[in-house]
Amino acid sequence: MTCLPDRPPGAPALGLVIDLDTCVGCQACATSCKQWNASGHSGPLPDLHPYSAGAEGVWFNRVHSFEAGEGAAGRTVHFPRSCLHCETPDCVTVCPTGASYKRAEDGIVLVNHDACIGCGLCAWACPYGAREMDEVAGVMKKCTLCVDRIYNETIPEALRQPACVLACPTKARHFGDLADPQSAVSQLVADRGGQALMPDLGYRPVNRYLPPRQRQAESQPIEDQPTPLDIKNPLLRWMGRVLTR
Amino acid sequence: MPEGTTPAVPRPPVDQHVDYSVPVGDDVKSTTCYMCACRCGIRVHLKDGRIRYIEGNPDHPVNRGVICGKGSAGIMTQYAPAKLSAPLLRVGERGSGEFKEISWAEAMEIATGWLRQVRETDPRRLAFFTGRDQSQSLTGFWAAQFGTPNFAAHGGFCSVNMAAGGLYTIGGSFWEFGEADWDHAKYVLMFGVAEDHDSNPIKLGISKVKARGAKFVSVNPVRTGYSAVADEWIGIRPGTDGLFALALVHELLRTDQIDLEFLARYTNATWLVVRNPGGADDGLFARDPNGKPLAWDRARGAVDAALADLSPVVIGEQSLPDGRRAVPVFQLLAERYLDAEYAPDAVAERCGVPAATIRRIAAEIADVAFNQPLVLDQPWTDVWGRTHSQTIGRPVAFHAMRGISAHSNGFHTCRALHLVQMLLGAIDTPGSWRYKSPFPRPIPPGPPPAGKGAKPNTPLTGNLLSFPQGPDDLLVDDAGTPLRIDKAFSWEAPLGLHGMMHTVIGNAGADDPYPIDTLFMFMANMAWNSAMNPAEVIRILTDKRADGSYHIPHVIYSDAYFSETVPYADLILPDTTYLERWDCISVLDRPIGSAHGVGDAIRQPVIAPDRDVRPFQDVLIELGARLGLPAFIKEDGSPRFKDYPDYIVNHQRSPGVGPLAGFRGADGNKKGLGEPNPDQLQRYIENGCFWRDQLPPEQQWFKHANQAYLDGAKAMGLIPNTNQVVLQIWSEPLQKFRLAAEGHGERQPPAALRARVARYCDPLPIWYPPLEHEAQDLGHFDLSAITQRPMAMYHSWGSMNAWLRQIHGANRLYMARTKGEALGLSDDDWVFVESRTGKLKCQVKLMEGVNPDTVWTWNAIGKRAGAWGLTEDSPEAVRGFLLNHVISEWLPAQEGFRAANADPVTGQAAWYDLRVRVTRADGPPVSEPHFSTLREPPNAPRRIEILQYLVKAKA
Amino acid sequence: MKPAPSIVFFTVASGAGYGLLFWLGLLRPTGLLPQAPAFALTCLGLSLLLITAGLLASTFHLGNPQRAWRALSQWRSSWLSREGVAALLTYLPALCFGFALVSGASGLAVAAGLLAALGAAVTVWCTGMIYASLKPIAQWHHPILAPGYLLLGAYSGMALLAAVSAIGGVVGGPASFIVTLGLAGLVLKLAYWQIVDRLGPAASLASATGLEALGRVRPLDPPATETSWLMREMGFRVARKHAAVLRRICLLLGFVLPMLLSLFAGQFGGGLAVLALLLAALTVLAGILVERWLLFAEATHTAALYYHG
Ligand SMILES: Nc1nc2c(c(=O)[nH]1)N[C@H]1C(S)=C(S)[C@@H](COP(=O)(O)OP(=O)(O)OC[C@H]3O[C@@H](n4cnc5c(=O)[nH]c(N)nc54)[C@H](O)[C@@H]3O)O[C@H]1N2
Ligand SMILES: Nc1nc2c(c(=O)[nH]1)N[C@H]1C(S)=C(S)[C@@H](COP(=O)(O)OP(=O)(O)OC[C@H]3O[C@@H](n4cnc5c(=O)[nH]c(N)nc54)[C@H](O)[C@@H]3O)O[C@H]1N2
Ligand code: SF4
Ligand code: SF4
Ligand code: SF4
Ligand code: SF4
Ligand code: SF4
Ligand SMILES: [Mo]
Repeated sequence: MTCLPDRPPGAPALGLVIDLDTCVGCQACATSCKQWNASGHSGPLPDLHPYSAGAEGVWFNRVHSFEAGEGAAGRTVHFPRSCLHCETPDCVTVCPTGASYKRAEDGIVLVNHDACIGCGLCAWACPYGAREMDEVAGVMKKCTLCVDRIYNETIPEALRQPACVLACPTKARHFGDLADPQSAVSQLVADRGGQALMPDLGYRPVNRYLPPRQRQAESQPIEDQPTPLDIKNPLLRWMGRVLTR
Repeated sequence: MPEGTTPAVPRPPVDQHVDYSVPVGDDVKSTTCYMCACRCGIRVHLKDGRIRYIEGNPDHPVNRGVICGKGSAGIMTQYAPAKLSAPLLRVGERGSGEFKEISWAEAMEIATGWLRQVRETDPRRLAFFTGRDQSQSLTGFWAAQFGTPNFAAHGGFCSVNMAAGGLYTIGGSFWEFGEADWDHAKYVLMFGVAEDHDSNPIKLGISKVKARGAKFVSVNPVRTGYSAVADEWIGIRPGTDGLFALALVHELLRTDQIDLEFLARYTNATWLVVRNPGGADDGLFARDPNGKPLAWDRARGAVDAALADLSPVVIGEQSLPDGRRAVPVFQLLAERYLDAEYAPDAVAERCGVPAATIRRIAAEIADVAFNQPLVLDQPWTDVWGRTHSQTIGRPVAFHAMRGISAHSNGFHTCRALHLVQMLLGAIDTPGSWRYKSPFPRPIPPGPPPAGKGAKPNTPLTGNLLSFPQGPDDLLVDDAGTPLRIDKAFSWEAPLGLHGMMHTVIGNAGADDPYPIDTLFMFMANMAWNSAMNPAEVIRILTDKRADGSYHIPHVIYSDAYFSETVPYADLILPDTTYLERWDCISVLDRPIGSAHGVGDAIRQPVIAPDRDVRPFQDVLIELGARLGLPAFIKEDGSPRFKDYPDYIVNHQRSPGVGPLAGFRGADGNKKGLGEPNPDQLQRYIENGCFWRDQLPPEQQWFKHANQAYLDGAKAMGLIPNTNQVVLQIWSEPLQKFRLAAEGHGERQPPAALRARVARYCDPLPIWYPPLEHEAQDLGHFDLSAITQRPMAMYHSWGSMNAWLRQIHGANRLYMARTKGEALGLSDDDWVFVESRTGKLKCQVKLMEGVNPDTVWTWNAIGKRAGAWGLTEDSPEAVRGFLLNHVISEWLPAQEGFRAANADPVTGQAAWYDLRVRVTRADGPPVSEPHFSTLREPPNAPRRIEILQYLVKAKA
Repeated sequence: MKPAPSIVFFTVASGAGYGLLFWLGLLRPTGLLPQAPAFALTCLGLSLLLITAGLLASTFHLGNPQRAWRALSQWRSSWLSREGVAALLTYLPALCFGFALVSGASGLAVAAGLLAALGAAVTVWCTGMIYASLKPIAQWHHPILAPGYLLLGAYSGMALLAAVSAIGGVVGGPASFIVTLGLAGLVLKLAYWQIVDRLGPAASLASATGLEALGRVRPLDPPATETSWLMREMGFRVARKHAAVLRRICLLLGFVLPMLLSLFAGQFGGGLAVLALLLAALTVLAGILVERWLLFAEATHTAALYYHG
């Protein structure tokens, strides 16, 4: 099972496209993910020492802030990080038990919590730090792409989307089939130069990040006229102005 | 998700490990979120009475289905162990935290006893102050019924500058009474906003603006959050936005890029101002015998400024029929701001913004406003009865918040921003800033504040927080002494529209102007993050008189959680959580209206409390009845209202006007005005717990001069008359205060305050350095220090939330890398932050995106050890810190009088005027000041080490 | 990477155990070792003890050790699974070997011994490959890593073998093997450190965030103010100063001292040699414990870039 499935070219590759140009770092995707998944497919997502020092828990989505570039060209970038549902992820192939698997049909990478021995090797193999150990249950957990929402027939169709996508107040998160070049998400990636993270490692992540857009060129002062010296009594300009209601 | 696209999800693959279609829960209820004051609609999914999932309500006009980081963590707020569980009576010394649990019957007896005694003797001795609540229409009404003028909510330390600056200038405000036209704006200029009350609408708006490719500029000393995604970040020096704005005014005037037509039609630019230096009428509007302001018509001379066929002149001193001299407002404005004092080159250095940038921004906004007007094929009719075939907008939208208002010059800065908007003609037009219904209102809205003549057992009639028009409306006695404990509406803060909660305890501690007996607080963490200088508040709350009695004899407090303030009260009335009670986001207070129409909302209980707690509003209504407050009892003395829902439905402020505007009338078909509808709450629930009126398209713009709009709003009871709301460039109320300070009129400020009133009550916007900076060695205290709201935490009230506190468990002091490195500092080093009045210790983080002369931190992350159900080793108490410890509540004493560290016009607390010095710290790695650990309330739940929240339905 | 004690112990103990088994199976037929069955049985017992203790220790860090058997299923893709399978399979010839020794079936002993040696080599190779195959960890994902595991296993196994064979009266051969292997190990370790010192992490924060076009990227705020499992696991960092000291300790204890002791033992023989070689075996194990700790502590994971930059 941990061998990667044969995925015929064009097989759906469900994933997220995250727009770093509009993400304001509000953490809505992080906490909405936490609450959905706490009682979802992977639940519970334990929190250790919740009301004292060293509080930490299992989160499938974590939002960082970075600063990039220098001087006037510098930027602050908020950066949500979750599983990228890679096409050729070692997190799956290193798994000794077969608990970690990638689905042939939609490309979602999941963990079978009943088979996982909690060895942690998959987390070592994931360059993106996307795997989260549930130390209480002793099993590995991770973003499921909200597999229990996106196909959930008890949820109205328009809401069959990942919790983080629905929550995002700046609509910086988009969900769809990245294998279909016609899909809205693929179009976004094409238009905005969506980035794969650490492509050199060869994991072929499905999720894409839209980099911050080039800032709008600062227009030149439209005119510096009249200069203060030109106008002897500037008020006179308005003196004769005929105004009506 | 891009609007309108539902992603094509393939058929679910067969996967034995996945249950695809587990029902979310067994019940779902809509209500209104209260993890912050944004008032988003939420849907709470329940399973066996426990919360499974909270999502944004897609139909809700505020958030349209999205939900923020706090709102999504509501489960952990609901199940936080810090929740108070029963009424508490203090048994030890104040602050000792020794309480015993008592019954509600006892608690009500005690509270009634204390309050009755006050009401029967001197009702002013009750100070009733509430924090971030949204029930001021009830609490304020209750206070007036009680008969005390001493009521306010948190507005005075929050954003009254913004509210007052707007309401006295344009009849609405940035704050909660206006919004950018996110759908059409081509240029958005945002000043000093990190999060705002409009959290989700702003985020939705920013996403629209960015998707459209409109330019978004953020003026802010710090480049995070909204500023991080702005097309241009202007890292201004704190407290100098007013200068920046007035330099924009200068540039727009110099280059004659102004909308003179707009000014002539919609503002008082054409009104004539009497020029009589030294005279009692100097600076007042020239009026006709009916009191109507006059303008100078090209053909007819001085005429009613409101005439439809006016052809006004805007320059030139004129002789009035009575011989006095007068000039149009526009001339006064042009004369002042064309002065070289306001030229970009003159201000650049102080603002920390290059002059070329200021010139460019002026040119850019002018270009968008005048060369790229937004034309909608939407006819509308103005107050002069003329129909315009199109609605033409100046698509430059401004928004501003506490980066402006939390400075002592914020009121004028806010007016300066409105002045720029008016010059551009960018008020309530397509693409510009727009009023949120029920605004605009007359300027100022009136009537004046109630509060004079407090008498035993007698209600005060009118609104305690209202709108003075001049000296006569101030709440001062004949000697000029304030009538209110907080001194709002006195010469120290003539436009203290929201009261001054930040001075209440300080003044009470000094019996200035008089002692109080009972301090009654609701939802305000005054012994911590909402105090300027919490240590001093704690000192006063525990201060005793010579006879051993407490200086403030009684403190009653309602909180829902074990906050830092709880141990300092004598009687605790534990509140429910927001998911356990009814609430009313009322049109009488700050409703959820938008530019598209008026609206309001309710909260309904979605789960039952499992503790001995009661909704505070129920308690207040019962107290009202027990005390015999006329509006809360029937003729026979029995309670008029069963509980809060009963009040919401049946209370009428004036005939037909109640807390909720929707579904009124016997059959629920009336809006705004209508008799109470017994099914009203049910109708709200069926509608998703909100009601919203959609303005017809012809009423949506130029509402200040849109006849159909004004007629409609009047019919709904939103405004008193249908007159044009003329925008006030020159503010006559301010000039009246100034004239008094110059020795005119019956009511004049005391000598010590004259110069101050004269200076700051300028009828045109001015800029002055933050008052806190005066009499300080700015070379020594070389950095400005400010805070920002983290998006994932609401003041102090998220630390009990197991999820949110993982995100913000401790805070650091951010400073410019260049500055930090010059001090030899690197990340996480410990430093002292020293101000004129205090010193604290914390860790630093160096960054690039901050004005080099500024340091900042996340607000209210630092907590007192033992509070909020957290152990004393929690990072909130060990590494977290509160900037408030070095903020002073008073300005350096001047001319023998002690002034609040506040805006001299509105009394707004000047949190962001703070100056500090940063030095390397030694000693143990614990933040300072570090107060003693608070003792837990009785019967606090046992602390768990592992939390595994799970509420799951079966597939 | 966090040097989890159970894993450090496992790789050291089982490495030495397999090394010992390897040499025993390989060298016994050559006659270089004492031929008394008691000697071989002692070595075999010692190796199986170390191997078993190591394997048991390795299950300590599992969240669900009771399911450990499942780890045998994915040998087609997973080096960890392969290691498990190889480890278990190796028990078969090893036990056979023991049986043959006890029962005096010398032909079987040779064959089983050689097979056990092969199993031992394969197992240690798999262990090495578990680490060497992890692309996010530049210090491990290198061709030198798995051979290193093999070599150091062989070295520590030889140290044990030499000590036991000295007790059995044979000193010279094994002692000189220690010197040879030690020299090889030394060179390898020095080469490894030289490589990793020049090696950057497997990626940069800029490529980890897709923000290369903006230039240098630095962390501003982490997603949580306290720690997390991920950071405890992969954010572990050892100070350069400490690492340098530990490297020296490792070289001294693990290589220089045992080689000197072996030379000394080869020179003088007798009771002192036994003592010297026992001491050498202990210092080798201690040195390799330090080496293994450093192997983890100095390894950096790309996930930590998001936090530390
Ligand atoms: N340094 C600095 N200080 C500041 C500011 C700043 O920017 N910088 N901002 C200022 C501003 S604008 C404001 S508005 C204030 C806010 O300050 P506060 O109004 O004091 O705000 P909070 O800390 O949010 O919460 C007040 C209390 O309400 C309680 N509470 C929460 N939910 C409920 C409930 O349902 N019922 C009841 N009865 N109580 C509840 C909380 O437990 C808490 O004790 O802080 C001010 N202080
Ligand atoms: N998540 C969350 N949301 C909240 C709250 C919360 O605590 N948490 N609190 C609510 C309350 S009570 C309020 S009042 C609102 C306030 O909402 P905001 O107005 O967004 O409040 P602040 O975080 O104080 O943001 C002030 C911003 O102004 C900047 N600033 C400071 N000084 C200056 C200056 O001189 N000039 C300029 N241009 N900028 C300056 C700061 O860097 C900061 O970004 O938020 C409300 N919404
Ligand atoms: S992001 Fe990590 S966990 Fe997710 S598929 Fe890729 S390698 Fe595996
Ligand atoms: S932790 Fe679980 S899923 Fe990950 S590699 Fe080990 S067995 Fe597989
Ligand atoms: S897709 Fe679902 S599981 Fe994955 S990050 Fe988003 S909310 Fe979390
Ligand atoms: S919810 Fe959206 S805006 Fe907020 S942090 Fe996540 S991606 Fe960014
Ligand atoms: S913005 Fe405020 S009201 Fe809206 S969801 Fe977030 S916490 Fe709730
Ligand atoms: Mo506020």
